[in-house]
Parts: sequence; C-alpha cells; structure tokens
Amino acid sequence: MASTTNTVNTNKLGLTLNDYKGSPSTMCDGCGHDAISSQIIKAYYDLGIEPHTVVKLSGIGCSSKTPAYFLGKAHAINAVHGRMPSVATGVNTANKYLRLIGVSGDGDSASIGLGQLCHLIRRNVPMVYIVENNGVYGLTKGQFSATADLGSKLKNGVINDLPAIDICGLALELGCGFVARSFAGDPKQLSVLIKAAMSYKGLAILDVISPCVTFNNHEGSTKSYKKAKESEIPLHELGFVPYFEQITVDYEPGSTVDVEMHDGSHLRLKKLDRNYDPFSRQNALNTVLSAKEKGEFLTGLLYLDESHKDFTTIMNTVDKPLSALTEAELRPSPDVLESIMAGLK
Amino acid sequence: MKTLLAEQNEILHSHSTVNDFSIEVATVNGSGSQSSNTVLMRSLFHMGIPVSGKNLFPSNISGLPTWFTIRLNEKGYLAFKTKKEFLVAMNPQTAIEDVKGLIKDGVCISPAELNLKAIRSDVIHYEIPFNDLVAKVTDNFKLKKLVINMIYVGVVSEILGIDETEIEKSIKAQFEGKAKAIELNLKAVQIGSSYAKEKLTKIDPYKVKRMNKTHDKIIIDGNSACALGAMFAGVSVVTWYPITPSTSVCESLIDYLKEYRMTDDNKATFSVIQAEDELAAIGMAIGAGFGGCRSMTSTSGPGISLMAEFIGFAYFTEIPVVIFDIQRVGPSTGMPTRTSQGDILSAYYLSHGDTKHICVIPASVEECYSLTIEAFDLAEQFQTPVFVLSDLDLGMNNWMSDAFKYPSKPLNRGKVLDKEQLDKLGQFMRYKDVDGDGIPYRTLPGTNHSLAGYFVRGSGHTEAATYTEKPQDYVNLMERLNKKLETAKAKFLPKPEINLNKEAKIGIIGYGSTDFAIKETIDALKENKVNTSYLRIRSLPLNSDVGDFVAKYDKVYVIEQNRDSQMLRIIASEFPKIAHKLTSIRHFDGLPVDALNIYNQIIANCK
Repeated sequence: MASTTNTVNTNKLGLTLNDYKGSPSTMCDGCGHDAISSQIIKAYYDLGIEPHTVVKLSGIGCSSKTPAYFLGKAHAINAVHGRMPSVATGVNTANKYLRLIGVSGDGDSASIGLGQLCHLIRRNVPMVYIVENNGVYGLTKGQFSATADLGSKLKNGVINDLPAIDICGLALELGCGFVARSFAGDPKQLSVLIKAAMSYKGLAILDVISPCVTFNNHEGSTKSYKKAKESEIPLHELGFVPYFEQITVDYEPGSTVDVEMHDGSHLRLKKLDRNYDPFSRQNALNTVLSAKEKGEFLTGLLYLDESHKDFTTIMNTVDKPLSALTEAELRPSPDVLESIMAGLK
Repeated sequence: MKTLLAEQNEILHSHSTVNDFSIEVATVNGSGSQSSNTVLMRSLFHMGIPVSGKNLFPSNISGLPTWFTIRLNEKGYLAFKTKKEFLVAMNPQTAIEDVKGLIKDGVCISPAELNLKAIRSDVIHYEIPFNDLVAKVTDNFKLKKLVINMIYVGVVSEILGIDETEIEKSIKAQFEGKAKAIELNLKAVQIGSSYAKEKLTKIDPYKVKRMNKTHDKIIIDGNSACALGAMFAGVSVVTWYPITPSTSVCESLIDYLKEYRMTDDNKATFSVIQAEDELAAIGMAIGAGFGGCRSMTSTSGPGISLMAEFIGFAYFTEIPVVIFDIQRVGPSTGMPTRTSQGDILSAYYLSHGDTKHICVIPASVEECYSLTIEAFDLAEQFQTPVFVLSDLDLGMNNWMSDAFKYPSKPLNRGKVLDKEQLDKLGQFMRYKDVDGDGIPYRTLPGTNHSLAGYFVRGSGHTEAATYTEKPQDYVNLMERLNKKLETAKAKFLPKPEINLNKEAKIGIIGYGSTDFAIKETIDALKENKVNTSYLRIRSLPLNSDVGDFVAKYDKVYVIEQNRDSQMLRIIASEFPKIAHKLTSIRHFDGLPVDALNIYNQIIANCK
C-alpha cells in the first residue's frame, strides 16, 4: 500500500534496511561483533549494493559466525579454521564481479590463518577483510590469541608474556593498499571505513578492536571497552560520499583531504591534531610501530594506495566470469585434439 | 674351444633377441641424458616397434645416479621388467652394480676406462673410448658433458641396427628450431656409430627389426594425459603447489591452456594459481567449485594428508572439486621419486568423521585422459570431491597408446538452478533431496534471485542450509550423503573392466598401472596351463560387479603396490561374505611391478 511504503525508508534500489539483515545473532549481549555486523548492514544498505552480488566468507570462531547475521540473501561460505583467504581467492577467480566480504577473528587470522592472510595480501585479492580483534579465543572460553598485548591480563589473572602480532603492521609490511584500524565502539568511524573498503579495488584490511564482553572486558585487559574508549586516538575525522550522491558540502581546503575512490565515491579525511598522511607507507609503518611502543590506540585509515594492481587484473581473464563460460568456450574443438595427437605420434 | 659363431647361435636359441629385450642406460641426473634416451626410444617407436620408457631418478637435481629403461616388445607388453639384457653403463658410481644386474650373455656398453670386463666375464662387452670420441665433436667442456650421451646413441643404434634416418628425425624433433644443437647432436651420433661400425665386431644377438605395430599410436606420459583430459573437460580454475611426481600435471596443463584456451584478444578462459601450500591449493579449488567453475588441484601423498580437512569440508558441504593424486612412496616424505599405490585407503576415506569419496583409477595414459574427463562430470553431477588416483609410474613415464578420442558426451554440469528455474519453482532448499537420488540442487553465487542465496557451513546444517545440532537433522544429512554415493556407484561410476576365461578357477583383481604387468602375467600363466579371469577396478566405491566376480572363483588374487593390501581391505569390507577368497599379492619396493614377480607369487601360491 502506498501509504505504508512511503513511511518505510528505502535505499537507491528501493530496498529497506531489513532486506540487508540476516538471522538473529547468537553472540553474547553487548559483543563488539554485533556492533560491527550492524555497520556492515548499514554500509551495504547505504551504498545500495544488491545482496545477490555479495559473497560472505569466514573461517572458524565467534567472529566467523557473524556472516549469518547480515545479508541473509547473499551466498556465504563459512570455511575451515584460518583458511578463508584461499576460499575467497577461489570464489573471486570463479567470478571476478562478485563483491567479497570476509569476516575473521584474531585467532583465525593471526594464528592458524596467518600464512593464508599473508598470501591473500600478496595476491591483492579484491575483497573487504575485517578482523574482529578481541585478543582472545572466545568460542573455546578465553585463551589468549596472538594479538593479545604483552602484559595483558586474563580473567583468571594469567599475564600474556608474548608480544602481539599487529594485523595492520603486518598488512603494511606485506604491501596491502588499504589498511585501517577501528573500534567497534566507534560506529561513525567504522561505518565510513567499511564503506571506503567496499569502494576500494583490491584487498582492504580493517582491524577492528571488538571487545569480548565475556572473556576479555575486565580490568587489566588491553582490549576492553573501557580501555579502548579511554585510549582511542582517531587519526582524522572521516566522511564518505557515495558515487551516486551529489557532493554538496564543501570542505575547507588544507584541513581536509578528499580522495576519489575507484568507484567514484569520495572519502574525506579531516585533519585532527596530528597532520597524518595516509598515502605514505613508510609513514604508516612508523606510526603503527611508534603507537605500539607508546601503547596508543590509533584508529582511522592508516594507508591508502589506489595504484596497486589487483588479483583479477593480474589473472587477465575474459570479460565474462569464468563460471559463466559455456561448453563451446571451455572445451577446445576436435581439431585441437587431433593436432595434439599428431604431435605425439 | 667354441667358435664365435657357435657361441652366438647358442645365445640366439636361448633368448628371443629380436624386438624383445630391455635397454638400460645408467647415467647421472642433470647430465642431459634424457634427450639421448628420448631419441633412442622415439626412433624405435618410429620403426614400428612397441616400446615403453621408464625414468628411474633420484630426488635430486644434479649428480646422482639415474637409470632410463627402454623396453621393446613385439607383443606389446609394456610393463617394467627387472631382467635387463642390454646396458649402457655411463655412470662410474653405479657401473659395478649395473653390470652385475645384467642377465648372463647380456650386453654391456661402457667407457673403456671402467674396465667392467673384470666384473662380469659372462656378458658381452663393448668398450668405447667415449672421452676421445666426444673430443672430436666439440672442445667446449660444458657441451662435452651433454653430447657424450649422443655418442652412445650412435653406438647403440649401430649395434642394434636402429634406422639412421629415424635417429635423425628424432633428433630434429627433440631439438626443434635449434639448428646448432641439431647439428652438434647429429655429429655426435655419427661419430659414435662410425666408431662402432669400424672398430667393433658384433658378437651379441640383439637386434631391432622394423615392424608396423605403432602406426597411429602416440607416446605420452600419464601426467600430460591427465592435463589433456582436464583441458577437454573444460577446467577453468587450476590451483596447485609443486610436488613430485604430480608437478608435471599442472605444468603440462599450463602449456596446453596457454596454447589452446586463450581468446583472440589474448585473454584467458582459465586461471592457474600456484598456491602457497596444499592447504591453500585445495581451498582455492573449493572456492572456485562453489563459485561454479570446474576446478582442480594436483598433488601427491604429503599434499593429500594436508588437504584432509578441506576435502572433508567439501564432502560435507557438497562442493565439486577434482583432486589428482599422483601416488608416490610414503609414509612421510617416503621415496618421492618412486612409485606406489599407497594412498588408496587414505584418499577414499580422507578426513575425519564419516567420509567416503569417489575415486577414479586410470590404468593407462588413455584412461588418464578419459577418466579425468569423467572425474569432472562426476564431481559436478554429485557435487562432491572426486579423486583421480594415478601414480608415478603411469604419470611420469612414457607410454605408447592409441590416440585419444574426442569426448562423445557434452559436459555434465549437474543440478544447478538459474534465475528462471528459481522463478518457476518458487522455492529452493540447498540440501533437500528433491529427486530421491540423494543429489540436491544448488545455485551459484551471483544468481540474481532472492531465493538463490544460501549459507555453506562445515557445521551441522539443515536442508535449508541453516545451522543445526538436532540429532535427526544430522542423521538425515549423513544418510543422504551416502545415498548420493549409492546412486553414483549403481549407475554412474566407471565400471570395472572384466576379462572372463571360461576355464578359470582363479580370479585376479588389479587396478591402476599394475594392469600392464597383470596382462603379461595372465598370458604367461595361460601358457603354463593356469587359466585366470581378470577384473580391473576403475573406480571407488566398488559396485556389485566386484563382489559377483569374486563369488565365481575359488580363489582371487588382489594385486597391489602397497604393504597393507589396501584395496583388498576395501573389497573385504564391502563384500564381507566373499572376503575369505581373497589373497593379497603385493609389491611395494618403489619400483613398478614386474610381470615375473606377480607370476612367481601366484605360481608359488597355487602349489
């Protein structure tokens, strides 16, 4: 009925926010992962992306369950532990037009899946890769993960005596062209970063601190809500204008950098106290390292480079998705076989 | 004292010495002898004589012993033969052992300085001053090392009577487009043959004679044949990690694809990805299978072990993928360059939980091609991983074969619903057995329909692909997966090849590359008045033909190249009532099985 449809908000496709939701979450109440799922839903909705063009991927762990809680109409593949990157590479290869989003955790990405993550970065497979980082294994009830900070304390008092693997530092070192860090408790920033990642042609890595309310939210934890909120230092104030929207708001030149993304969307970075330059890999690496030394929690877009050749470009395949090729395109003709046979005689 | 002639006559009568013997060339790897041996083999092949060539090589790049054996057999027996009649002993490291391995009255060609006469006085020696001869070809030190091998080609062809024009043709084919190399190699052959002609008196009885048994035949290795099969099956995603002896499956495939599967504007209708390890290789192949491509990976034992978890995932979530296992000796690193049939059980049941996989088992290069094509159809038809179980002997050696035939059936892409079909149906449940054959319908990601999406998970799932831990949901799913394989084996899997002998009381069961030796054994047994019937398994799971065959005979020998009688165990577990009739004949030392070995074991057992 016209009267009711008018009252429901829709995006440019005429879809409602509900059309982008998945099944109800089974995470603990207050879990950072749910906050991230909400921002993912919102980003797809705001950008007017058709759900059937998306494939959701994940590994094993709490975070890896979350693709069930958004975009229920999209295809999804919840792979084996730590090996989502290879499956994503395969899906991309089958159909380069699919929009891939991978959700992983710190156990899934920084421990068992570290190797595959490294090679995903090296190949620059175009996808959004979100690490929902809480420093613990939640699903097995609270063991330290490889991103737990040195000196962080478990609920039972055990102190972590190994240094943390920094997902962003690793991504920068390996040459990832989109590296960002955010916080599940900072929805505004997270929303912009997810949208920017979706507009990027290549692998976009988002390391999102997402506190585990059950096993790592206590005093002494370096990844609790309280600690993260207190120590978060945004590198800039972020804004996003999708490609289909008119740019109306002017920005002050000098104080704001406007970046046109691959799909024509605009990302705006407004300078804060620090004059952060996200286009220098060297600078990004230095920033990550020095933040680590000082124990600072810096968030924002650490590095952006739109010039990277992505995996699909390197593979040089036909315009059609490989999955759509017909028998005539896939099976060479009888005379090809005949000439090969003649050569073997 | 016997005259030379009398001695020669005696030898002639004790062996068939024309077109029926083996030539072993012992060299070091990395010395370029491969080209010389290929030239020898191809020349014999072009003289119309059935040949097979086997490269016995070390897991090493340069400097270790390697042997190439050419078997000529006018009847067409191509299996490995332990007995060697003719030796070219170029490797000082192994020469003593090599000459000891010759049969009495065999022939040994060797560098004069090795003085092998002192080791065996009961074989015929032709001592050649290789170093002096090669000096006449070139004074370049590096080239000398390579072309010295063409000198023995000249010597051997003169002694055996190989047609000069065939040698020339083979050299031109081997070094196609490299005029200098052709010239140099031809010169070396010529210097070798002239020396033999002028300086040697032929006192051995071995000869080759032109025949017409290779007309229309091809020579190819099993791995290249698998690669051809994959290309003609329409593979579009190939993901792999190099491992001996499977590497050449993908390397050949890359060559073929680059030549025949590029569009006019130089775009690929395929992707080949060299993965970081086997875990990633199978993950990528599974991702591409889920995405709707014909995808494959190729590996060997250690890779199979690494892929176990992912293969179980693909079985449980019903994603098509083809895995080539070119078997080598295990366990662990084992002997990477030796052949085996040791992965039958591990591949068939790969992964934790209740799993069982379709396997096709080629026994010839022709089947490497044709069963590969079937494997891709089966994978998509049954939405499950399918193994092609080949082995090093079949995969890396050269085999004579009839030319391969163009596939007669169109690609079977299985039950895939598109937008229009979804519109018509109005509903879709990914894991529902709609047709009663255990095979559900799937949709491909990207299908523009609100019903198309579903969630693949390796955890318990319902017919609608949602999460479940309900006991009955799990049981239903596992039973349906089993039903799918029942459908496959009843109607669709490659049937065993059966050769019945009405007089037979004994049955023989074999599979894979042992087929060559088994056929030779069966003929030899027949000559010895032992009649046997033969069944060759071509796929797993086994269908009732196998049980019915065993039931007919008093005793059935199961021949295989592994310690634990792996196929026998599968037959016994699937047909327990006839299990007592099975006797295992095993050969698992890493060398291909010899007909004589099987023959002796059966005869000993019959007594």
